[in-house]
Amino acid sequence: MTGLLLAIVLFLLILAAAQIMRIYELSLKASNKKEYIVTHRNNSNQGRLMLLFGISLLVSFVWMVNAWSPLFLPKPSSAHGLEIDMLWDISMGLIVVTFFIVQPILFFFAYKYRGKEGQKATYYEHNNKLEFIWTIVPAVVLAVLIVYGMTTWSNVWNPDNEEEPLIVEVYAQQFKWTVRYSGTDNTLGNANVRLIKGVNVIGVDTLDPASQDDIITSELHLPLGKPIKFVFRAQDVIHSAYMPHFRAQMNCVPGAQTSFKFTPTITTEEIRMDPDVIAKVGRINKIRREAGKDLYEYDYLLLCNKVCGSAHYNMQMPLIVETEAEYAQWLSEQKTVKESI
Amino acid sequence: MASKSKEIKGVDSHDEHEHHVENFWTKYVFSMDHKMIGKQFLVTGMIMGVIGVFMSMLFRLQLAWPNEKFVILESILGKWAPEGQMDPNIYLALVTIHGTIMVFFVLTAGLSGTFSNLLIPLQIGARDMASGFLNMLSYWFFASSSIVMVVSLFVETGPASGGWTVYPPLSALPQAMPGSGAGMTLWLVSMTLFIAGSLLGSLNYIVTIINLRTKGMSMTRLPLTIWAFFVTAVLGVLSFPVLLSAALLLMFDRLLGTSFYLSDIMVAGELLHNEGGSPVLYEHLFWFLGHPEVYIILLPALGITSEVIATNSRKPIFGYRAMIGSILAIAFLSFIVWGHHMFITGMNPFLGSVFTFTTLLIAIPSAVKAFNYITTLWKGNIQFTPAMLFSIGLVSTFVAGGLTGIILGDSALDINVHDTYFVVAHFHIVMGLSAIFGMFAGVYHWFPKMYRRMMNKTLGYFHFWLTFVSAYGVFFPMHFTGLAGLPRRYYSNAEFPMFDEIQDINVIITVFAIFGGLAQLIFLFNFFYSMWRGPVAPKNPWRSNTLEWTTPVEHIHGNWDGEIPTVHRWPYDYSKPGHDEDFVPQSTPRLKDEPGH
Repeated sequence: MTGLLLAIVLFLLILAAAQIMRIYELSLKASNKKEYIVTHRNNSNQGRLMLLFGISLLVSFVWMVNAWSPLFLPKPSSAHGLEIDMLWDISMGLIVVTFFIVQPILFFFAYKYRGKEGQKATYYEHNNKLEFIWTIVPAVVLAVLIVYGMTTWSNVWNPDNEEEPLIVEVYAQQFKWTVRYSGTDNTLGNANVRLIKGVNVIGVDTLDPASQDDIITSELHLPLGKPIKFVFRAQDVIHSAYMPHFRAQMNCVPGAQTSFKFTPTITTEEIRMDPDVIAKVGRINKIRREAGKDLYEYDYLLLCNKVCGSAHYNMQMPLIVETEAEYAQWLSEQKTVKESI
Repeated sequence: MASKSKEIKGVDSHDEHEHHVENFWTKYVFSMDHKMIGKQFLVTGMIMGVIGVFMSMLFRLQLAWPNEKFVILESILGKWAPEGQMDPNIYLALVTIHGTIMVFFVLTAGLSGTFSNLLIPLQIGARDMASGFLNMLSYWFFASSSIVMVVSLFVETGPASGGWTVYPPLSALPQAMPGSGAGMTLWLVSMTLFIAGSLLGSLNYIVTIINLRTKGMSMTRLPLTIWAFFVTAVLGVLSFPVLLSAALLLMFDRLLGTSFYLSDIMVAGELLHNEGGSPVLYEHLFWFLGHPEVYIILLPALGITSEVIATNSRKPIFGYRAMIGSILAIAFLSFIVWGHHMFITGMNPFLGSVFTFTTLLIAIPSAVKAFNYITTLWKGNIQFTPAMLFSIGLVSTFVAGGLTGIILGDSALDINVHDTYFVVAHFHIVMGLSAIFGMFAGVYHWFPKMYRRMMNKTLGYFHFWLTFVSAYGVFFPMHFTGLAGLPRRYYSNAEFPMFDEIQDINVIITVFAIFGGLAQLIFLFNFFYSMWRGPVAPKNPWRSNTLEWTTPVEHIHGNWDGEIPTVHRWPYDYSKPGHDEDFVPQSTPRLKDEPGH
């Protein structure tokens, strides 16, 4: 019933609007004006609006950066993350500067050269020198960015003088994460979905000698300062292991193994003491207190960042970075594959 | 100029059409006239656009107020929103179908289909497309694919919901999510029809542009719109078949038990027999289309803008040859950059470097285009028609969104923002907004050519400013939520306390989204009102140079009632010294010793 009424009201509104338009057009007809012709006044008004918009765009940009940049992810907690952030800052600086040059010129020109009666435009069809300049300048800037970007990318994958990394498997399935440590031999035993049975939830080959000392956990602990080589597997669909605090991400692909390496440089305890993080947690807890929710304690997280089904939005796992002693202590409390199966 | 004398008639073979008796079906439904087919594409695209934009307003409601119940949602979504609380599955379905509809149905078929059909014969001086029949087929493939896509919204298990890229195995396995059931099959059927239609259309455009140009219309006298449509069609012909094969293989995996994309999978407790396939193969095939697709969307918009900006600045487009060169460069590069969508799929890191290199190169021709647009405004006599406003808006969004592409194209930087709202902001601004602005510019500019009437300018002004402000209001703040680490395609971020403090931004975005969505009602009203009641258009309302404005206002088969005009100059002789008027149509013979093209 409401639907029908709504439809009738809508129909009447459209009818009314059409009638208003009709009256408006008749009044123009009476004065012999053609509405579609852009008048001098139109041009002045629209030109001014362009200028106004250009200014507002820049002002609101500055406002947003001021108000919202504290919400960004805190400083990276991994060695390569610092390099990525450096490249980020430089690239971002460049594009913001370009934005602040090009946008004002665009809106200013729109204002400055707005149509005026009796004005004739300048016939100016090309200028090889100008065009050469604005091909070469971007080309040079981009060449620098390309080389810098490629170097950083290669450093992310092949860090210098690295000690033997610790191998950790992260296993994804709808909608949870499981972790497998490679144990004392630092080698993961074979695994395949076909071997999933009962308690063997991630299909470890229990006959493989290398898997005997593997440790399966539902928590992700990492030792400080030790390079970690993650190996990713997925059971059902593509997931993506996103660890934003470490500037790390890699897809987990069924039927394949992918990997990513990083070295954690700040423990969970330390990052909680970071002034930016304290401020962030303070703001969040203020919101949570008002909403009557549990208070929040800062944690590193592993999130799923490739749509994987209905509960994709809640596929997460806390990630704890601790000193090597704490890590060894925690790991020794976990059961190996041999003990649990 | 077109001669009215009757004797000349019959020179052209197309003239036989004029003696056909038109009935309702041959005139409005199974039309083979390019102008009518263009309008069919436009109206179908607009209907799909209304659906797509409406969907985005629904899921924005969910994102801003994830735990609120909205009664209206239940009345719209039925069982998918019990008591007004949206279900996660329908949330994913809405974002998926929103993406599919906007990318393919509105901005590919709606934009390129409309204006390629309308303008190619009119601007190159041809009586119709090379094959009117293929052209009609192309529309009806598109129409049927639209119908299948809309039907898929109503199946029991819901429409496709694995994101518009429909990566397998998620999209291949009905057990993985309800949306991968019948809805996904229909999605693939719809896309197959769509691709068939798009290929027929593109082939036709290419053949027409190469073969049917009128006397004097050399390639370097073509309006930039035609150049853009031409290159777009080539891109489509070369890349859509790859998506077709990707879709067919996915169909086989779903229905025939093959393992192109599937290997070693256990889903919902069931072990599958598939072995040896790779989902990454699908990603390669998909993005081999997917990236050129971005330019299939963008180039026609840039072409339209070139035309509108030159006409309304009353100046030649600056650097005509450089503009053609950059269109060609962008098109070439677009085939070798697809891997930048896949930096973190486990692809060999060496390839990451290669794709970073090729991707960032695209910034060079794009920068040339942007600077040339701005220089075209310089010392112009700008006439702010609604089309001109949208074109300037396009330049602004093209710059704003293109710049963040420099970040995302860099493999090392992509790691941490991949699939976050930063990406959503980037591609909506550079591709979504720019293309839709180009489309609006085209509609306002060529409406008189399509419907013989003028649209209302004042309503156009309101439409532009409300749209422009809310467009930036929606997508600018998304950069910030992305930099806070918020992944896209999350039904709710309430499960992550770390995102609590960005909820205010989500509310702002949603308010702008609803506001901007409603502003489109002004456009719809203006469009349909003007179609029936708008003032009758003069022959050349924008005092433009291109050939379409030499045709009579009333549509006739064969476009010109006399001979097709001969072209004597390039299309951008605006405010040329030595001429009294500030425009010199392409069909005007050259003065003695006149310099220029």
